[in-house]
Amino acid sequence: MNAFLEIVSPGALASLQDLGRPGFRRLGVPRAGALQPDWLRLANALLGNAEDTPAIEFFVGGLAVRALDSPVQLALAGNFSAAVVGADGCRRLDSWRSVTLAPSETLRCGMLSPGRVGYLALAGVNIPKQLGSASTYAPAGLGGLDGRCLSPGGRLPVGECRAGQQMLRTLPALDAAPIRVVPGPQEDYFTAASLACFLGEAYQISAAADRMGMRLDGPVLRHRPEKGFEMTSDATVPGSIQVPGQGQPIVLLADGQTAGGYPKIATVISADLPRLAVLAPGQYIRFAAVSVADAERAARARAAALHALIAGIGPLVEAGRLDLQAIYAANLVSGVVDARELDPVAWTATPGQDSPPSRWEGG
Amino acid sequence: MSFRILNAGDTALTIEFGEHIERYLLTAVAALDAALARAIDRGELHGIVETVPTFRSLTVIYDPLLCSRAEIEPVVTTHAEAALRSSAARDEQRRGRVWQLPVCYGDEMAACGPDLDELAQACGLPAAEVTRRHASVTYEVYMLGFQPGFAFLGDLPERLSRPRRSEPRLRVPAGSVAIAGTLTAIYPWESPGGWHLLGACPVPLFSANWPQAALLLPGDRVRFRAIAATEYRLLRSEMPKLRAAAQPPLAFLVDGEADR
Repeated sequence: MNAFLEIVSPGALASLQDLGRPGFRRLGVPRAGALQPDWLRLANALLGNAEDTPAIEFFVGGLAVRALDSPVQLALAGNFSAAVVGADGCRRLDSWRSVTLAPSETLRCGMLSPGRVGYLALAGVNIPKQLGSASTYAPAGLGGLDGRCLSPGGRLPVGECRAGQQMLRTLPALDAAPIRVVPGPQEDYFTAASLACFLGEAYQISAAADRMGMRLDGPVLRHRPEKGFEMTSDATVPGSIQVPGQGQPIVLLADGQTAGGYPKIATVISADLPRLAVLAPGQYIRFAAVSVADAERAARARAAALHALIAGIGPLVEAGRLDLQAIYAANLVSGVVDARELDPVAWTATPGQDSPPSRWEGG
Repeated sequence: MSFRILNAGDTALTIEFGEHIERYLLTAVAALDAALARAIDRGELHGIVETVPTFRSLTVIYDPLLCSRAEIEPVVTTHAEAALRSSAARDEQRRGRVWQLPVCYGDEMAACGPDLDELAQACGLPAAEVTRRHASVTYEVYMLGFQPGFAFLGDLPERLSRPRRSEPRLRVPAGSVAIAGTLTAIYPWESPGGWHLLGACPVPLFSANWPQAALLLPGDRVRFRAIAATEYRLLRSEMPKLRAAAQPPLAFLVDGEADR
């Protein structure tokens, strides 16, 4: 059976992304992959797909897709609602569940809020890999459909639908805690006042935010005059926070360049980079310094939280109907999440904290 | 010579041997990179995702769910110390392949090198002398980065060395041959860029279809051959075919083995 999902509109920007193509940074190839890999995994889990199956990552909203001659099963991850439009009318649904489009039905995704990134996973989607991944890296024409972002009329080959629909019984937490960073590798390029400012003040996500990186607007960070703001290039990683001469930090994301010559004041920890990457322009953030060991503990806590969310996936219950089993399962899941609080690292900061995060810790 | 270990979050650490572009630093980086590759092969280092060599440092990227900084740092440190000793002992030119790549300079076709005249003026040389000097030396690939297949080549003849443009271009065409500081490079892909554009090279530098994906690898050497606009157009029309091929365009390899 040849089933296809057709792109009616990519909205602001949409591309196919999986968990990325590690292993080629030495050739200048960024990892690419989902900006929020946990949501990609959740969307795939809702369909019974392998966790690294490519899905549509879209920005802002306006994505619309249509099933052609065969039914297509999809899963929605991110903060948005959608409408399924067919010959018989229109039904609305919220994200964090799967849905099957009958032939000729169209799914229209609404605006993302909060956040700027959503995912649409496709049951049994089959996209060829390049350098080990189907992730689109458009600047070099890698992955996706012919190396490009999705455009109207693009057709994605999909597979069999599973019987019934699944939903997430516990939604991912909306976490307003500061974005945790490990200071360095070039913290010694900055004045003490600028280091304190970086950790103490709020920064706003600017409009210059894409898959490569996000520029932040806030108090200017000054380089030590004897060090300057240009150095012989060294390697970057997703999460590197570069500070060019004008003093406004840039956080590199999945498609960010593999090397750079601007000093890097700090690195966003892996547990918090997805939280940051999905924030929309205009939102404010604060940074908090942690040690490498604390960051590694946070990475494990994040993995455990994702595991708990996936374990809580169950059959869809339409809103308004009481399902004792679902409530029971939800309680079980929140029990698992509560257990994480034993780990102080995952919860070091409270939402909306006003006082400057304390200090620069050693690695 | 010594090294520092720099924090790069919970997925990477950087072993920094120095701050500038120097042969002995490149040698130390390559020695450590090779030693870690062997240690990973022997199963002595778990959870390493990849290593990224640069002019002056090696970044080790790891999966914090599979290993920890506390486990890898001592192993990396031991190998870095050994790399320093071995690189001090043999500070010779690294072996590699030699490529000869055609370049259409801006005095042949201005659209290919919009900065050539300005640069010639800044250097106090006629444009033809700038391109002659640019094509007169054999460069070494110091590192790859910035874009897939972007090779930093050095050293540029001293007289041609210039700081980057004060206003970076928003759009540098793919294939542009450029210089900045003591380095020269070919942009494999269109992108913003701050280097001075002298000409254009009609050879693809990267394709996922090739065994190594990148045409130029660290340690390779590169010579440029000036070509006329007619030859440039002819070669340029071949680029899609060369990119689609299962092997890189070995016709431009003038010395060394295809496999590395």
